[in-house]
Amino acid sequence: MSRITLAKGLNAGLRKAMEDDDKVLVMGEDVGKLGGVFRITDGLQKDFGEDRVIDSPLAESGIVGTAIGLALRGYRPVVEIQFDGFVYPAYDQIVCQVAKMHYRSQGRYRLPMVIRIPFGGGIGAVEHHSESPEAQFAHTPGLKVVACSNPVDGYWMIQQAIEHPDPVIFLEPKRQYHADKAELDESVAPEPLFTSRIVRPGQDVTLLGYGPTVKTCLRAAEAAANEGRSLEVIDLRTLSPLDMGPVLDSVRRTGRAVVVHEAHVNLGMGAELAARVTEQCFYSLEAPVLRVGGFDTPYPPARIEEDFLPDLDRVLDAVDRSIAF
Amino acid sequence: MTASSPGSADFGPDLVEVFGPSQSDGGPELIQLLTPEGERVHHPDLDIDFSEEQLRGFHRDMVLTRRIDIEATALQRHGELGIWAQLLGQEAAQIGIGRAVEPQDFVFPTYREHGVAWCRGVDPLKLLGLFRGVSHGDWDPAEFNFGLYTIVIGAQTLHAVGYAMGMQRDGVVGTGEAGRDAAVVAHFGDGASSQGDVNESFVFAASYNAPVVFFCQNNQWAISEPIERQSRIPLYQRALGFGFPGIRVDGNDVLATYAVTQAALQRAREGQGPTFVEAYTYRMGAHTTTDDPTRYRLSTDVETWKLRDPIARLEVYLKRNGWADADWFAQVEAEADDLGARLREGCKAMPDPDPMRIFEKVYADMPPELLTQRDEYAAYLDTFEGAR
Repeated sequence: MSRITLAKGLNAGLRKAMEDDDKVLVMGEDVGKLGGVFRITDGLQKDFGEDRVIDSPLAESGIVGTAIGLALRGYRPVVEIQFDGFVYPAYDQIVCQVAKMHYRSQGRYRLPMVIRIPFGGGIGAVEHHSESPEAQFAHTPGLKVVACSNPVDGYWMIQQAIEHPDPVIFLEPKRQYHADKAELDESVAPEPLFTSRIVRPGQDVTLLGYGPTVKTCLRAAEAAANEGRSLEVIDLRTLSPLDMGPVLDSVRRTGRAVVVHEAHVNLGMGAELAARVTEQCFYSLEAPVLRVGGFDTPYPPARIEEDFLPDLDRVLDAVDRSIAF
Repeated sequence: MTASSPGSADFGPDLVEVFGPSQSDGGPELIQLLTPEGERVHHPDLDIDFSEEQLRGFHRDMVLTRRIDIEATALQRHGELGIWAQLLGQEAAQIGIGRAVEPQDFVFPTYREHGVAWCRGVDPLKLLGLFRGVSHGDWDPAEFNFGLYTIVIGAQTLHAVGYAMGMQRDGVVGTGEAGRDAAVVAHFGDGASSQGDVNESFVFAASYNAPVVFFCQNNQWAISEPIERQSRIPLYQRALGFGFPGIRVDGNDVLATYAVTQAALQRAREGQGPTFVEAYTYRMGAHTTTDDPTRYRLSTDVETWKLRDPIARLEVYLKRNGWADADWFAQVEAEADDLGARLREGCKAMPDPDPMRIFEKVYADMPPELLTQRDEYAAYLDTFEGAR
């Protein structure tokens, strides 16, 4: 047992995956000697060599495109995109090639690759370093999209994603990398990758978060408890496919749901969740599903980013509105 | 050039003048072993003896490939194909490299490599199936070491480099063991040379010294845009800027294309890294069957290139040397007729896929939500009498 950060959890998970399967490769900008700008791949090149931990030229489409070729040759590449806002040069390769090759080939091509993307804001960065592009990938059939929220999930989910036969977009809340520590007990078996789970039970309102907003939701639930309100928090963990079972069960009990994400609200994950909840448990709802998220603006300059990002108070405000409806 | 104003720097030649128009014969740098008139010429670096059998084989391959193209074009006109990407005029470039690749090599095609597919043993009916719309490509890439057609321009060049990087890691490059050492071919065209992916593939291949042959069929036209719109220097010269050799070969000369690509592939297999081969050719047909080249190019261009026909020059060479007689030509023609008949019948007999096929193979497993969508659609279809 050891107490680890999310960065450590991911690093240890990558290491374990590389030890277990010598076809696993890590590639990206600065992932080798430097260990990545967030140090997620720290020490891997030293131990696994330059053939397995590949410092790539500075070209995201090139990284993803060559990773496809490596996957077709039988490797399991784990690609690091340095920041969320820099994934777009690779967007064509991801959406047109990674997502479609299995379908195009009727299953003859397998692309067991993972594209890791540090996402979300709150680190005081310049433009393009704080974005939440998850809906763009979740909207694309052929991709699977998951987001980890804590060190223990980081450790297990990265290994599960690497083992998975389909391509996985793996979102990591960069604000959490070096924040909270958690106890990792490797003797406790992990839950399957594409599952959502209740991280705090409650009766009055269901909060749905993933990645960085799970912590926001938990803090909101803590604060609400002091006022005598019982909020249930679900960590979605998987965004494509969605695991609606736990969500629908919860909303059928509480009758109310608030979705919280950093991404823009317009056509975000919240829109899909609201639609599905409404379609599937309409008669259980006491209020419309509400969404708390980034505004429908480009990401603002860092000094005002906390106004853009959903925080405890905005979540509680939505809870109030839901209950008052 | 206009007169220099005082103090203006001379940065070198005027590149507009360096580059020729599309009627150009490729210039002095063009490697040729068989002239358009069917004269065998020799090149100091490519001293290669072709057997009679090999030469007849090239001829047969080109004639049959051209027949596939003609039949497919006709099938499109008859409404049996949605569209067809024609290769007319590019037979020598494709058969040249198609016969130079070895079984252990892997080929990443565009959507026009019908001749290369032929050489790799892919049934042309599978190509027709794609353009008919019954599949996105229904051959097994692993069986033929021939990837699926890629429609997005230039995207496959990166896959080729990645695959080659995999070969390096598998220890099948530069071992010196014939039949084991392998290389990859990345196909693309002159239009694709402007794509970021193609340029990134050059960077990655150079950086990792990957065993790749970049085979660019410069057919002078990217739909309606001439090569001058893509490049101000001969394409093969771009390779130098990326740090590996570039070479221009007469893409209508099957002997030269074979010799050059064989050498480039061998270089790659030996671990000497990538080569850029520009096969200088001409798209005699349209971009696809939906295109109308009369809107943007001169018929005199086409007439000029007709005189450089890849099949005619080899026929002259074979006849003049007595290596192929009337029986041979009749036999190949009969084979082409049989192939044509098989394609016509096979294409028309191709059934539409079951609509439920829409839902298959999106993922290795079917997620529950997709399963629900599929079942709901099946139930919906069942509400129509006789629909299924």
